[in-house]
Amino acid sequence: MTEITTEKARIGAPSAQPFINGFTEEGESLSPINSNASKAPLAGEAVKRHSHGGGVGIPDSSRAGRLTSYNLADFKPLTGLEEDWRFTPLKRLRGLHSEVLAGAAPTVTVSGPEQVTVESVARGDKRIGSAGIPEDRVSANAWENFSEATVLTIPAEFEADTEVTVAIDGTSTAAAAQHLVIVAEKFSKAVVVLNHQGSAVVSENIEIVVEDGANLTVVSLQEWNDDAVHASSQQAKIGRDAKFKHVVVSLGGDLVRVTPSARFTAPGGEAEMFGLYFADAGQHLEQRLFVDHAVANCTSNVLYKGALQGRNAHAVWVGDVLIRKEAEGTDSYEANRNLLLTDGARADSVPNLEIETGLIKGAGHASATGRLDDEHLFYLMARGIPEDVARRLVVRGFLHEIIQQIKVPALEERLTEAVERELAVTNN
Amino acid sequence: MSTLEIKDLHVSIDTEQGTKEILKGVSLTIKTGQTHAIMGPNGSGKSTLASTIAGHPRYKVTNGTITLDGEDVLAMSVDQRARAGIFLAMQYPVEVPGVSMTNFLRTAKTAIDGEAPKLRTWTKDVKAAMAQLRIDADFAERNVNEGFSGGEKKRVEILQLELFKPKFAILDETDSGLDVDALKVVSEGVNRAHETGNMGTLLITHYTRILRYIKPDFVHVFVDGQVVEEGGPELADRLEDEGYDRYATGAGAATIAAAQA
Repeated sequence: MTEITTEKARIGAPSAQPFINGFTEEGESLSPINSNASKAPLAGEAVKRHSHGGGVGIPDSSRAGRLTSYNLADFKPLTGLEEDWRFTPLKRLRGLHSEVLAGAAPTVTVSGPEQVTVESVARGDKRIGSAGIPEDRVSANAWENFSEATVLTIPAEFEADTEVTVAIDGTSTAAAAQHLVIVAEKFSKAVVVLNHQGSAVVSENIEIVVEDGANLTVVSLQEWNDDAVHASSQQAKIGRDAKFKHVVVSLGGDLVRVTPSARFTAPGGEAEMFGLYFADAGQHLEQRLFVDHAVANCTSNVLYKGALQGRNAHAVWVGDVLIRKEAEGTDSYEANRNLLLTDGARADSVPNLEIETGLIKGAGHASATGRLDDEHLFYLMARGIPEDVARRLVVRGFLHEIIQQIKVPALEERLTEAVERELAVTNN
Repeated sequence: MSTLEIKDLHVSIDTEQGTKEILKGVSLTIKTGQTHAIMGPNGSGKSTLASTIAGHPRYKVTNGTITLDGEDVLAMSVDQRARAGIFLAMQYPVEVPGVSMTNFLRTAKTAIDGEAPKLRTWTKDVKAAMAQLRIDADFAERNVNEGFSGGEKKRVEILQLELFKPKFAILDETDSGLDVDALKVVSEGVNRAHETGNMGTLLITHYTRILRYIKPDFVHVFVDGQVVEEGGPELADRLEDEGYDRYATGAGAATIAAAQA
C-alpha cells in the first residue's frame, strides 16, 4: 500500500532559548488569532461560546467553531456544498435532512445482565442532552422529532461479565428519528453492542456518558438490509480516568453515515475509536469522527480500516482531532487505511489535526489508500496458495486488526463470518 | 528423480525507457540431488532467472522453455508452479500484515500437499524446524515477516523450504546480509533438506562465502544475462581468488565458445 501521509509530532519541553521570533513556550504562534487574549473565533473563550451557544460559528476554520444546536431551525437547509456534507449524496438521504421524521422508529430490544436498567423515557427526561448536542442538520432533525428515548444505565461499580446487546430492528422505510442514552456510572465496566438490522430510514442520536473511572465499550454494528439509510450521531462525554472504546462496523445499508465523537471533560481519560467498513457496489459508507481534547492528560487512539469492492462503492472517513490550549500532556494518534479490491471503488480519507498547545506528548495522523499489494500476492502464491485464497488471507488479515479489538469472542466470530461473506461476493 | 530444464531462456522487463532484455539465452539442467551454484556480478541477471522460474509477473519470457519433468512450467500460474514442487527462497521476503505465520504455513502446506496436514504432527514439525533454525517460538504468532530482521526473514524462508519439501529449491541470494552464525544456520537447513535426496538446488549468490557451507556440484558464471563459464566446485575457488573482473562484459560468448571448442 502506498503511504500518503504519516506524521508523528513530538513536541516536548519548552526550549532553553525562548527568544525565537514567533515562538512562545507553547510552540509556534503564527498570528494573534491563536492567542487566548484575542477574541477571534479560533481559540479560547470565543470558541466555547460558539460551540455551545447555538449561534453561528465559523465552521470551516476550526472544528471547535462548528455550529451546534438542539434546534433544527438553526441549521440551514443542506445544499451538499457544506464541508461536512460534501461527500454525502443528499438525494439518497431519503428525506432525513429535509422531511419531518414521523415514521416509526426501529424497535429497541435490550438483553444483558439484569443489573443493567433499561427505561423508555419522554423527551423531558433530564438525562436527554447530557452528552450530546446535534452538530448537523440531520442530527438536529432527529432531536426535534423523536418521541421517546431509551435510556440504558450500567449502575455504579457494576462490572458486567456478559455484553449488553441492544437490537435495533428496522421494519419500515418511512423516515424516522431515534434516540438512545447510554450511561456508564462511576467505576462500572461493560460492553454494549448496538445491533442495527432490518430496513430503515433513520436518523439516530446516541448519547454516551462515561462517568469517572468507568470502562465502557460501545460497538455499533450496521448490518442493515440493502435499502437502509442510516445517519447516526454517537457522542460520548468522558469523565475523569474513564476508559471509552468505540467500535463502528458498517457492512450493510445503502447509505450509512456515522459521526462518533469523544469529548474529554476531565483529565486522565482514554478513548480508543476503531472502525471497520466493507463497501460493496453502490454502497456509501461514511464516518466522520471527532476527538475533543479539551482537558489535560488524556489519550486517544483512532484506527479505521475499510475494504471496498465493486462499481461506485464509496467510503468516506474524516477524522478530526482537536487538541485545545488547555489539553497539555495529550497523547493522540489517528489513522485510516483503505484497501481497494476492484476498479470503480472510491475512498475519501481526510485526517485533520488541530493543535493549540505544544506541551503535548504526541499527536499524529496517517492515512493510506491502496490496492492489494501485488508483492504480497506473489509471495503467498509462490508458496502454492491459489490467488483467491491469497487475496482473502490478506483482506481478512487487514480487517482482523479491528475485529480483534472487540474482545467479545462470539461477536468477533460473527463479524469474521460477515467479512467472509462480503469477500465471497466478488471472489476476492 | 526429477529434472528442471531451462532451454535458451530470453527474458525482458518493461522499464520507463522501454523493453529491456535481461536474460539472453540461458540453458541449464538441474536434477534431483544436484546443487548448482549460479554466480555473477550485480546486474548479471541471476535474480531475474530465479524470479522467472517462480513466475513473477514483472518478467516476460520472450523465448525459450522451462520444463519440470517435461511439464511446461511457463504455462503454469505462480501457485501452480509452487504446487508442482518449485520453491523460491526470496532475496527480499515481503511482510504480509495481518496474516500470522502459523496460519500462513498451514495454508501453504495444505495447498502444496492438496490436503491439510495432521494437526498434531504438523505443530510438532513446525516447532522442531523452528528450533533447528533458531527461530524464536513466538514468531509463529507474529505476522508473516512483519518486523523481522533481514536475517530472521532468511531463516523463515529456509523454514518454509524444510516444511514444504519442494522438488527444486531456488535460493536467491539467501546469504546476502547474513552474519557468519546466521549463514551457518541457514546453510545447515539447506543441507538437511538436501540430504533427504529428493531435492535439487539452484543456489544464486554473489559471494563465494556460502559455498564453504553448501557444496555445489556445478558452478555457472553469469555475466550480462548469459552463462559465460561453467565448471565444478573448483571454479568457485578460482572466482574467490580472481573475482569477476576477467569476464569483461560482452566477451562472455567468446569465452564460453572457446571453452567448448
